[in-house]
Amino acid sequence: MGQDRFVKLLPWFSTPVVIVLLVVAWELFIRAFGVSEFVLPSPGTVLVSLVALVQDPETWHHAAITATEAITGFLAAVVLGVATGVALGKSALLERALRPMIIAAQVVPKVALIPLFVIWFGFGLTSKIIMAAMLAFFPIMLNVLLGVRSVDPGQRDVMRSLTASRWNTFRHLEFKSTLPYVFTGMEVGIVFAIIGTIVGEYLGGSEGLGYLVVVSLNQLDGPQLFAVIVLLASLGLLLYFAINGLKRLVIPWHESVYSQNGVT
Amino acid sequence: MTDTDDPTRTPELELRGIGKEFRSRSGSTHALSDIKLSIDRREFVSVIGRSGCGKTTLLRVIAGLTGPTSGEVVIGGRSLWRGKKVDSEVAGRFGVVFQDANLFPWYTVLDNIALPLTLRGTDRARRHARAAELAELVGLGGFERSYPRELSGGMRQRVAIARALSYQPKVLLMDEPFGALDAMTRERMNLELQRIAQTTEATVVFVTHDITEAVFLSDRVVHLSPRPGRIRQVRGVDIPRPRDRDAQSEPEFQRIVRELRHALDEEG
Repeated sequence: MGQDRFVKLLPWFSTPVVIVLLVVAWELFIRAFGVSEFVLPSPGTVLVSLVALVQDPETWHHAAITATEAITGFLAAVVLGVATGVALGKSALLERALRPMIIAAQVVPKVALIPLFVIWFGFGLTSKIIMAAMLAFFPIMLNVLLGVRSVDPGQRDVMRSLTASRWNTFRHLEFKSTLPYVFTGMEVGIVFAIIGTIVGEYLGGSEGLGYLVVVSLNQLDGPQLFAVIVLLASLGLLLYFAINGLKRLVIPWHESVYSQNGVT
Repeated sequence: MTDTDDPTRTPELELRGIGKEFRSRSGSTHALSDIKLSIDRREFVSVIGRSGCGKTTLLRVIAGLTGPTSGEVVIGGRSLWRGKKVDSEVAGRFGVVFQDANLFPWYTVLDNIALPLTLRGTDRARRHARAAELAELVGLGGFERSYPRELSGGMRQRVAIARALSYQPKVLLMDEPFGALDAMTRERMNLELQRIAQTTEATVVFVTHDITEAVFLSDRVVHLSPRPGRIRQVRGVDIPRPRDRDAQSEPEFQRIVRELRHALDEEG
């Protein structure tokens, strides 16, 4: 029991320690080699820049834009991904017919399409939302497809032996059994959605944290560049943990949740 | 139908010349051939045979999970199949326990046991009361709120049995339910099953490859020989109940086991 508790709480101690060690190494590296402020600013100057950014309402506006794009794209990907995944999972024929296209679509580096989206949908939010949705769609759809296919035959037999209706089989078995796969897809999907958004902002537009990165670069403001990256990382973490928290709430019975809690 | 006036004369379960063929691209497999068997109310019948003899197929046919190629399954005087569909009212008289417990990991022990009642629309309070009663019956009192992952293999199988019993089925169909358990747990489960069968007055069809287990539990043991699966012999077990562990060392018990074992060995 004591051992379990230790293992469970370990990340809460180890993570700050690792972060502090990294920052110290960073500082020492700069002092030892005399790296220029633009190439690698010191932790201190980044912190100053970060504080200045956080106090500027303009930054929050950019962050809100990026979050809106990523979340909207992600939600669109969830809806489309689940619907497509269920349809393909349920119909082997449909999946077989579309498989070459699906694989092709997956292999295409979708980031390369951003300029096209900019041409079609302009420099506004739409092109980034589409990019986010497109990147998040595949992991969600593929996981749902896998989940629908992975319903245990033995559990199906139980429902059949009880002459369960289609609706009841869906409600008590298929839906619950697929949920963990949906969440796995969403955990990957949210990260992809943020990547899509940021790359979209790099390439076009005048708003968002990605745009702020480009501005900092053009101004040759190394510390601010780092500070924006820290903000982006924080946004990513925040969204990921929101999905992860939702998962713990919705499927507490699942292995990925209770083993994560260290209760094995 | 053949319903007579005297209800005790109607067999609970009748297999009328069941045949089953599986067709695939590589040809057809004759799994069952002309199985005729009549099982009385409250009778405990085991089906034994080497692996691949069709005993699981037979159980799945009886349970309505797969249709027979020929013949008819009749329960309480009513045919199980109505055309290509299972008559759900007739199938509702069965409780099935599989080799794996097949519990739903998202439900607690109580909700797993109550699943058949949930499907029938029984209200929450009533189905939980019934499930708690059954948890007690199968020796799981105190584990009602646990999740399947927190239980041992034996306990999971008890949940599966309780689930099958929850809507008071007339016939309990069991497909090697203790096959995955260790010898000691298995022996205990056999004792419990005997007690449960007597308490619930259920008719039981029990598939196993373990001769001792079959003789211990049954009123009759059906020996199925393979390719195609057909009834080789039906052996009555006239040993008074309740049988305890010592029953296994009695000469009559051992004689029946030996007899069945020889018959199985003869198949080569």
